[in-house]
Amino acid sequence: MTAVLRARGLGKRYRQQWALSDCALDIPAGRVVGLVGPNGAGKSTLLSLAAGMNTPTTGEIEVCGGKPGSGPDQLAKVGFVAQDTPTYPGLTIAEHLRLGAALNPRWDAALARKRVERLGLDPKKRAGQLSGGQRAQLALTIGIAKRPELLLLDEPVAALDPLARRGFLQDLMETVAEQGVSVVLSSHLVTDVERVCDYLITLVSSRVVLAGDIEDLLAAHHRLTGPRRDPATLPADQHVITASHTDRQTTLLVRAESPIIDPAWTVGKVGLEDLVLAYLESPDAATPRPALEVLR
Amino acid sequence: MIEFYLDSGSGLSPYQQIVQQVRHALRLGLLREGDQMPKVKDVAAQLAINPNTVLKAYRELENTGLVSARPGVGTFVSATLPGVTPAVLGPLRRDLRRWIAKARLAGLDDEGITALIADTFRETTTEDIA
Repeated sequence: MTAVLRARGLGKRYRQQWALSDCALDIPAGRVVGLVGPNGAGKSTLLSLAAGMNTPTTGEIEVCGGKPGSGPDQLAKVGFVAQDTPTYPGLTIAEHLRLGAALNPRWDAALARKRVERLGLDPKKRAGQLSGGQRAQLALTIGIAKRPELLLLDEPVAALDPLARRGFLQDLMETVAEQGVSVVLSSHLVTDVERVCDYLITLVSSRVVLAGDIEDLLAAHHRLTGPRRDPATLPADQHVITASHTDRQTTLLVRAESPIIDPAWTVGKVGLEDLVLAYLESPDAATPRPALEVLR
Repeated sequence: MIEFYLDSGSGLSPYQQIVQQVRHALRLGLLREGDQMPKVKDVAAQLAINPNTVLKAYRELENTGLVSARPGVGTFVSATLPGVTPAVLGPLRRDLRRWIAKARLAGLDDEGITALIADTFRETTTEDIA
């Protein structure tokens, strides 16, 4: 399968601060990718690099087979809705659609009009008078009416109430089913990610600590509980992400490619939220480093 | 037509819940052979879930022979699941009642009884697999 986004050694530095470092990604086409991580982890930076709103300090990034922001063809392939779903407050909805039609070669006017109608928005209303949910829906409408191959959404639902959030995600999923567009969306809400995404990228302190197909990730992680034990005595292919101990009991979250057969452990499944939290808690566990490396 | 819902507290993944809801509907006679299943796009939009999740559930139902896809038309229920008649259910329930009474007499409380049932159930299902 072709990659819709490919990054190698990608990094971005603002003054002395690395917002994104040494990022390697291969996102297959046709997926809905959830981008999670604490504030300041580099989510927005990655999205703006992919959109071509920003240029990398190091490494390279390829989006839909081209360099982000490299020309009109490239811009037409990528839809980007920045944080807080910006619109032009002084322009009406109809004017937004006219602007979209003038600026985007692949603009689908019928789709845009139909969506505005279905959302019950008055085309004569100015964007500044819309509620947060309506504004997000307008931004999404423009994003999908340009018929991109990849839709980048930076925390699209963060400011929305639960009802508006559900409405937004419903429309997004309908679009994915209809158009087969690839989506990368950042969010703090792992429950949303679990529902709508099938691929996960976790960023912590400017680095990718976990990336992959959500089903594969869940299948490869296990919660082990059993009598107290030193995690260092585990088989080599079981990699500890988090460990906690009481006097008698040890609880581990491990990544293991093969099934856990040790009868001393009670093996449990790990939910996506717990998995993400484990990596946020101990991002260093993500990349197993051999002890020898310390000598370098 | 069946309408799906998601129960976040069920412990089952969304795709498993869809499969289970179809199976239950078949057992209870709410879905019958020949009924059309909702379109993948509509389920994805209604539940706000990834269309691939719906596709996966439908594919599993197809593999177990419960539904079949007619290209360009839709997905249809193609089999029924055996529902159990009250005549069969009655005696089974009576046996179970007798057993529960015996377990109580032996000193097990409700939690002990459910634990024993769950454990034995797990044991027999793994034996069946093996």
